[in-house]
Amino acid sequence: MASIALERIEKVFPGGHEALRHFSLEIPDGEFMVLVGPSGSGKSTALRIIAGLETPTAGRVLIGGVDVTAVPPQKRDLAMVFQSYALYPHKTVRENLAFGLRMRGAAAGTIEERVAEVSRALQVEALLDRRPAQLSGGQRQRVALGRAMVRSPRAFLFDEPLSNLDPALRGDTRAELSILHARLRATMVYVTHDQEEAMTLGTRIAVLDNGVLQQVAPPRELYERPANVFVARFVGSPPMNLLRGTGQIPAGISGLDPSTAVLGIRPHDLAIAATDEADVMVMVEVVETLGHQLHLRCRTESPDPAPIVVATAADRAVAAGDRLPLRMRRDRVHRFDPATGRRLESASGGNPG
Amino acid sequence: MTGRLAAVAATIALLMFLAAPLAWTLVASLTPEEQLFDHPAALPRDPGFDHYRALFDERNFLVPVRNSLIVAGLTTALAVPIGALAAYAIARLRFRGKAALLAFVLAISMFPQISLVPPLYLLLRELGLIDTYPGLVLPYLTFAMPLTIWLMVAFFRQLPRELEEAAMMDGAGRLRVLLEIVLPIAWPGIAATAILVFLYSWNEFLFALSFTIGPERQTVPVAIALFRGRYQVPWGQVLAAAMVASVPVMLLVLLFQRRIVQGLTAGAVKQ
Repeated sequence: MASIALERIEKVFPGGHEALRHFSLEIPDGEFMVLVGPSGSGKSTALRIIAGLETPTAGRVLIGGVDVTAVPPQKRDLAMVFQSYALYPHKTVRENLAFGLRMRGAAAGTIEERVAEVSRALQVEALLDRRPAQLSGGQRQRVALGRAMVRSPRAFLFDEPLSNLDPALRGDTRAELSILHARLRATMVYVTHDQEEAMTLGTRIAVLDNGVLQQVAPPRELYERPANVFVARFVGSPPMNLLRGTGQIPAGISGLDPSTAVLGIRPHDLAIAATDEADVMVMVEVVETLGHQLHLRCRTESPDPAPIVVATAADRAVAAGDRLPLRMRRDRVHRFDPATGRRLESASGGNPG
Repeated sequence: MTGRLAAVAATIALLMFLAAPLAWTLVASLTPEEQLFDHPAALPRDPGFDHYRALFDERNFLVPVRNSLIVAGLTTALAVPIGALAAYAIARLRFRGKAALLAFVLAISMFPQISLVPPLYLLLRELGLIDTYPGLVLPYLTFAMPLTIWLMVAFFRQLPRELEEAAMMDGAGRLRVLLEIVLPIAWPGIAATAILVFLYSWNEFLFALSFTIGPERQTVPVAIALFRGRYQVPWGQVLAAAMVASVPVMLLVLLFQRRIVQGLTAGAVKQ
């Protein structure tokens, strides 16, 4: 096991596309680090640079404190699980699992032992003599995982390993990955575009957008104190509501000057209140029933009407066309700089800007 | 229903069109010489193996068959492994001037063959290789290598790159990746390429005519062309020889057909 560090990485692809800019990230030994962002944000490129499958244009990669920027992937002793699984189609499951050990010159006895151990843990013992084409999607995924687990690599890299699984299986596998991490206490780097997956798996989460690192924080901090508007909108579902300017931001929110700040409020932090306590009146446009709660897609009746989403208890009778008075939880109001999008920290102190 | 009938009829017509020359060759090669020009019969009246007997007894046709097998076999054995390695490098490695290199390889195969004959002749004479096997195999590589490289580059490019990356993460170097992962998966493509190279070499005429002198090193196409005497062409023997020349090639294709068509990559990555 080892720590991983990316130092001031720049990656420009031939053709001029800037995939990563001034990218630095420290991953301590044993951490489950999730890289999350929309497609094209550079998260996969960052993972491939750690793996050695891409060479950074500038900057250094350190594994266990040693500069490995010029070391080819086969000498970095990392294991990677690919989105497509990338199982060797001409080899049996047994040969697929054994390949990494064989390439590193392990003794035949050791290989047999490890393959048996891992295939038992992943419940693929019965499939050892089959080829990948004869496996289901879930089984292929387990073999791909097993191929990484069979060695004791310095770190595990995952490139959207669950995105080809159907939703039911995805939840189970996600839980198994958490258990695996707790058991092995291995350094794991995991790439996903799914913020929910990131929140449930990560010890810490790095949010990327457009090749730039936006924030690195534990899931809870990411949710409660997003560093900027992008993170605020990307993390959490439905996304945080943003209100801009005097036309949208209700008066009377203490410590918030509508001309110098953007107001953010999560759908769960809006409550339907008595009319005289309301911050804003809204018109319900769409009611989405999720079973345990309702998502109300509304429009504010402020001078400059803004879309706003409210999450509320499922037993409340609301229909499209209803007018509702809303109150914001004061301790959950986020403030951002309108020019830079950055979080304004002194918010709760009542002194904006 | 009529559409189906029309499709069947069209298929039969096409098959007959394609197979007719071959069938005619077979029939004529079994027809005695004096009946060859009587009338176009569907089946010979007195079929016999006279032409084949004459071919091997009088004309010693085994020598050109042997020569063709050796020359085409050697060309294939040299072009395919070397060309496949070059193609893999072009398909997967990043290096300067790759596009130019590929264009250059293509350009080589664009020269009219006849323009290569005089310089190659002088070269081979200087090296003392006229009328030898290397004297044919080396010139054959001028078309066999570009053919191999172009076919294999296209084939390697469509293999999923992630398989090779997975193997590298598993600790395999470039050469191990090629031997353990790429070649086994690319095997149908390699077989198809090998057959094509063999076919081209087997059928080649101009170089074989130009760079051989006597019957000892002549290949099948050259030998057949030289059957004609001053006053007559022994058509029966020519057609019998054509059958002999076609059979190994047909066997080869039929033998490997299933292997080539078989998709070995199924299940490698999610499709």
